[in-house]
Parts: sequence; structure tokens; C-alpha cells
Amino acid sequence: MDHLEQLEAQSIYIFREAYKHFGKLGMLWSIGKDSTVMLWLAKKAFFGYCPFPLIHVDTKYKIPAMIEYRDKMAKELDLNLIVHTNEDAIKEGMGPQHGRLVCCKALKTDALHQVTKEHEFEGLILGIRRDEEGSRSKERVFSERNAESQWDYTDQPPELWDQFKTDFKKGNHIRVHPILHWSEVDIWEYIKKENIPLIDLYFSKEGKRYRSLGCQPCTNPIISNATTIDEIIDELKNTKESERSGRAQDQEDSHAMQKLRKSGYM
Amino acid sequence: MDKNREKLNIVVVGHVDHGKSTLIGRLLYDTNTLPEGAIEKVKRISKEKGKTFEYAYLLDAFEEEQKQGITIDTTQLQFSTENREYVIIDAPGHKEFLKNMISGAANAEAALLLVDAKEGIQEQSKRHGYILSLLGIEKVYVVINKMDLIDYSETKYNEIQKYFNEFLHNLNIYPLKYIPISAFHGENLTKKSTNMDWYKGDTILEAMDNIHKDKSLVEKPLRFPVQDVYKFDDRRIIAGRIESGTLSVGDEILISPEQKLTRVKTIEHWADTDKRNVAYAGMSVGITLEDEFFNKRGEFISHVNESPLIGNLFNANIFWMGKKPLEKNKSYKLKISTQEVECEIFAINRIIDASTLESTNNSQIIQKNDVAEVTIKTKHMISFDEFKNIHLTGRFVLVDELDVSGGGIIIGIEDSLQNRELNTKSINIAPRKRLVTRKDREEKFKQKGKVIWLTGLPGCGKNEIALKLEKKLFDLGNKVYYLDSANIRFGLSSDLTFTTEDSREQTRRIAEVANLFADSGTVTIVTSVSRFKKDREYAKTIIGTNHYMEIFIDATEEVYRKRNAKGVYEDSDGQFIYEKSEEPVITLHIDREDFNSEQKAQSIMELLK
Repeated sequence: MDHLEQLEAQSIYIFREAYKHFGKLGMLWSIGKDSTVMLWLAKKAFFGYCPFPLIHVDTKYKIPAMIEYRDKMAKELDLNLIVHTNEDAIKEGMGPQHGRLVCCKALKTDALHQVTKEHEFEGLILGIRRDEEGSRSKERVFSERNAESQWDYTDQPPELWDQFKTDFKKGNHIRVHPILHWSEVDIWEYIKKENIPLIDLYFSKEGKRYRSLGCQPCTNPIISNATTIDEIIDELKNTKESERSGRAQDQEDSHAMQKLRKSGYM
Repeated sequence: MDKNREKLNIVVVGHVDHGKSTLIGRLLYDTNTLPEGAIEKVKRISKEKGKTFEYAYLLDAFEEEQKQGITIDTTQLQFSTENREYVIIDAPGHKEFLKNMISGAANAEAALLLVDAKEGIQEQSKRHGYILSLLGIEKVYVVINKMDLIDYSETKYNEIQKYFNEFLHNLNIYPLKYIPISAFHGENLTKKSTNMDWYKGDTILEAMDNIHKDKSLVEKPLRFPVQDVYKFDDRRIIAGRIESGTLSVGDEILISPEQKLTRVKTIEHWADTDKRNVAYAGMSVGITLEDEFFNKRGEFISHVNESPLIGNLFNANIFWMGKKPLEKNKSYKLKISTQEVECEIFAINRIIDASTLESTNNSQIIQKNDVAEVTIKTKHMISFDEFKNIHLTGRFVLVDELDVSGGGIIIGIEDSLQNRELNTKSINIAPRKRLVTRKDREEKFKQKGKVIWLTGLPGCGKNEIALKLEKKLFDLGNKVYYLDSANIRFGLSSDLTFTTEDSREQTRRIAEVANLFADSGTVTIVTSVSRFKKDREYAKTIIGTNHYMEIFIDATEEVYRKRNAKGVYEDSDGQFIYEKSEEPVITLHIDREDFNSEQKAQSIMELLK
């Protein structure tokens, strides 16, 4: 088995464990490259079916092209898609002008918590990866969240030999991370190998492209002329910039992501 | 792009503050792996906290870790050399966080065990060494760090090496190399040190590049644990990951522990590029079978030869990480591969203090961070392998209420007690293993132990045939013994009569004794009326299908009447009826009372060839 086949086999194993153990299971889908790979892996794991709903946490500040693509794909692939927004926060005029961490908490963390409670999800599948940033690198594959969606990272249970945490208190839920062990380059190489259709924001237009997709006011495109996957992979292998350097909320505080993720951010 | 670049997982372990995080941070820095932002971030944080550049901050990402200067949880980072990709796993060294060290190390294929040259070997240096052996990690490199603090002394380095080797060899760990370094100064990490001319070995990077990955999983026996069964459409797909071996369409397979036989019909796929007829260790697949059994998660699919062990009682070495101590006779959940079963600690045979290697035999409880040799009893039969044969199906975790609290490896059980359900009325005992195995005996005596079980009603001629058979086998040079049930009733079973209950007990005793004889490597002939089907099945189960040959001696009514004048036909419970087996069984027909027993014995000899 080559490197990508090994990663894929491990991810499929994780998907199947989650499906077996959690009755109410959902998968976060943010239209980006990681969650697109995740949907592909789910289809492989379940032989063409995706036996749980997809969830999009819509902050209303997303790049419009993302929303268009989302709706198009949902229709084409006949996806069982739940779109959720923290309507109360929006009505009160929440936005990045209130401070990035405050806005992220309201429109992403709290929104995710709301949809989790509304549908009583026992398991949530997310496409985060270790190499994205520090607190994600310390994650477990199956990571528990309490009734308030909070993460106690100081006392994580041992996770060994592909035996994951599947027993938990009622009211808590488990975050499942099938691509935790994949790198950014692995994602692109897999997209290329499997010919997975992807939103075009990742490819250069007028000298710029998005390396990471977030909300429009807080996501900066990078300077690049890469218009094909090969060119992107080449660029990534030669860059010293980190993937999330264009994401404003990460830069706001030395431990911004740790703080956000402690209270339930993805 | 070279798709076939290998990836190797390496864990860095060792006592707290011996320099693990610094070593990794420095390695990443020296191999130019770090994104620009990362170095700037660490410079900034180091300054904020009033320190000089702390390489450790690159890994200790949690604010708490940086504030307190310790690693709390394991993290993984990737870097590459010309040869391959490395996933380097940092593990906490503090005793408090042993469970996090285990989580990190459990995924590793090789380990760097770090020791502070000035402080020398400490408690966690030893404990981590022991845990590495329990996790099955054999590729261990001992790295002696902070050589600058002992003036790069070759003498001191050799002392540490000698002392540690003594300790490690006792645990059957043979480190591949010892490497003297200074992580902080970057000496002998990627570049040779100019201060240690006496050291002629590899730098850490050179040593890592020379590690050979373990490629032999595909050649091991097939182990395909069932993860789930899907019916999204008209296909009934059995899904799971092949842990070892190879599976092909058309293969005859055995499903354990039920021992059902069937064939692989198809290997399913979704993407066209995944269509295949053969699947290998490591692949997550879905198959359909010829026969529609009720399959469920936890069953093991293997080939008929080289099948897994099945049992409900076995010996294991475990490490305990739970907050509450591990107690005997309390109910826990055992998870081995995809199986989940309720279990209890049947016996605590030895508790080992990993740092002193002192052991106690008299405890009823195992504390957090202890390592112990135990006997585990599961609520029902499960499939498994001895860890030394196949790692993936020989290791398990123990769950206490909601958390994984312990882990262990299966040492196995005495040959004669394998593949059967075990129970006992005795307390405070546990099965024990010996130094000489069945296999050793079979190799030395050049014969395989087996049982030839002659069954049939009194008077059918079992004894006459057995006598002749024993002589024939003996004359040919076999180590053979005939267990005559009549004789046994004067010794072992002198306390039994011919009531139904006693007859069944007699059969049970004969089966157990015959099993021990077969285990000793003897060709064992048994004559036993054994008229109850269940009792013969029991004998077959405990002796093992491959070592048990049942021969039914079927005589006519006339023959019985003429040969069995003593009237041991009736017993106090009622009629003496023979329950025939459901499956076909080797049968010898006797139609006259003066039959040729020599001939009948010879026909059995033919079957044995």
C-alpha cells in the first residue's frame, strides 16, 4: 500500500467506528478542501452512501462563492444537509468588528453548540488535522465534549491501538477526527489522485488564491499563480508560510485557537 | 512526486526534563521543517516568558505547557529527510501523564529513549523502557542527552550505557544503538559533534534513516476482524480492516469464535479504481460471503489453517492507567480488535514496580502506573492471538466504566487448555505456562499427539480393535498409549457407577486425560461407550478437531446379544441408547460376533496415513 492508501484506509476505519457507535451522528461540511475529501472518504467507507447528515455552520459572512457552491453540490449529490446559523447573534449585529475571538465564538462555536443540542448529536465528525495548528495537534481521534461542548484538554483519556472513546455520559458528545493524521500536502495529493471536484477558490485568479477558506472579512488570499493542483502542491512544498497564516483569528492571540477550541470551536 | 515515500512513526520518551521536546524542536529546526511563523511565534513567546529561545515551545503548544515548562499531552509533528517522511511523537515524561505517553507511544514503530547524562537514569527512564516492551516496540535507540553538562565524558557515557543495558536486557529490550548528543547545542542530531571525537557512531538523523520498516504483516496469517455489517442496498457487506495476511475472492474462510466455514464471494468497492480481487493487510474493505450467516462485529475471519485461538481465560501482562485501582473480580470491559466483552481479573499473579523491578505476589489491587501479570476471564468466548505471534490481535485495552484505563498484551495459556471454555470451582489459582511446549515435543519425538476415540455400545468390539491397533502402532515405532475405559474404572473412576450421570462424568474424565496425553505428544487410543452426543462433542472441542478422530463401532443386535451376556445393557436409569452424531463419522460395521479385529485395526491404520 502506498502512503495515501494507508491514510485512506485508516480514515475509513475511523468513519466506520463512528457509524457503529453513535446513533445520532453528523458531519461538519464547510465546502473546503478538507471536508470535501471527508465526504469522499465517507462514500468509500459506506460503499456510495453517506448514512448521516452533513452540517454547515453558516456565519452569514462566508465568501459568496462558497454558498453558491454549497447549494449546487447539495442538489447535485442529493445531500442530507443541515444549514444552521446563530440567528440571535446575527440579529444583534454580531460581526468581526466586535473582535475576532468574540465573533468566532458567537457565530461558529455557539452556533455549532446550538445545532448539536437541537439534533441531540452523540457524535460529530470534523475534518481537522494535526498539522493545522498547535491545539489541533494535541487532539485525540475520538475526543469528548461535555454538555456545553467544552473540551477538557488537560485530562484527555488514553487512546491507543485504534481503541477509541465510545463510552460517555449522556448529554456529552464525541468529536471524531478521521483526517487528523493527514497533512496539507496529503489532502492535495489525494484530491489529485482521486480526481475529486473542488471549489475553484483554491486556484489562482488575477495573481491570488485562497489557501485556507474561512469567513470573507477574516480570510486573506495569498499571492500565487498556481492554477492547477500540481502547481499548488509544488507551491506548498516550497513555502515556509503556515496554512492558516491568512486566518485573522489565529493571529489575534498567542493561544487564540486553544482558547476558542476549549469552549467548543471546531 | 514519489508516491511511495515511506512514513515512519517515532516516539521520543524519557524522564521529565531530560530534553525530549528540546530534541524534537531542534530536529525540526535543523531540518528546515518549520514554517516561518512558527519560529517567530516561539521567539515571541519565549521573550514574553522571559526565556531564551525554547525549542520545546514548538511542541508544547498548550499555554499551560509553556507556562509550566512541561509537556502535558502527546503531540505529533512531521518532517522529512531525503529518505522518508517521519512522524515524530513527543510524549510527556512526567509520571502524572503516563497515560498520555502511552497514547503517543502506542502508535510508534520505533523509539528514542532519552536520558540526561548528568542526572543519569531515573524512574521514568526505566518505566518508559518497560512500557515500550509492553507496547511491542522493539526498535529502541537510547539517546544520552546534555553531554555538554558532563564535559562530553566518554567514561560517564559508557557507565550509563552499561547500567541501562543491564536493566533493559532483563526486560528483553535490546537497544539498537546508544547515541550521545546535546539537543540544545545541536550536536550529533543532524551534524556530527566536534566535541566527541571518541564517538564513531551515527547522528540521530542517520540512525533514523537506517531504520528498516517492519514489512512482514502481509505474510502473517490472515486476520480480518469484522467491524460492521452493512445493508444499504441488496448487498450484505461485511466491513472491516485486514489486520494481517491476504484475502482473495474464492478463499475458504473460518469465522471465529463460532467456527463457521464459508467462502468469500466478492470484494466490494465504490470508486471504480478500487475494484479488486485480492486485499492485503492494512486495507479497509467490504466483502460478501457465499453463506448468509448472521455475522456481527467482533467475529474474526481467517483461513482454516492458522486460525486464531479462541478462549475465555488467558494470561496477560498489563499496565494500568486508571484513576481507580484495578481490582480482582470486579467487572471491566475488554476491547480487543473489534471485540468488546465483559471481563474480570481472575487472578493477579505478579505486580511489578517498573522502576525497581520488585514484584509482589500478594496483592489484590493494581495501582495507577503499575504493571502486572494477570489472568483474565471473559464472560464469553473470544478470538485472539498470542501477542508474540501477531501484535495486532494480541493486545487489548481495559475500560473501567467510561474510560480506557488499562492496556495489555496476551501471553496466552497452556497448550492443553487452549481453544475451550474454562471454568473451575477452585479459587485463588491461575493456569500456568511451562518451558516445554507441545510444539517442542512434537518436533523432538517426530510425531504429533492425537486421540483416536473408539465409541459404541458395550459388546461392539471396541476393546479388541484397540488392542490390535495399539500393537500395530507400537511396532511401527510410535509412542502410543491405549486408555481403556474399563481399566480406568478401577483407578481414576473407581468412584463411578453406570448411571447416566456417572457415565457422562466418566466420558468427561477420559476426554480430559486423553487431551493431556495428546498434549504430551502421544498417539492416544480411547475406548469409551460415550453414548451421549454432547459428551463426544465436548471431547472433540477440548482435544481439537485436528487432533481428534472419532470412530463409531456399529454392531448388529445379534452381535450385542451374543457378546454382551453380562447384561451391561440396562442401567439403573433406563435404556442404554446410543445417540448417533449428526455429521458423518467414520464407522466400522460389525455383523458377526467372531469378526476379524486384526482387519478392523488395519483399516484404521489406513485412515491414519
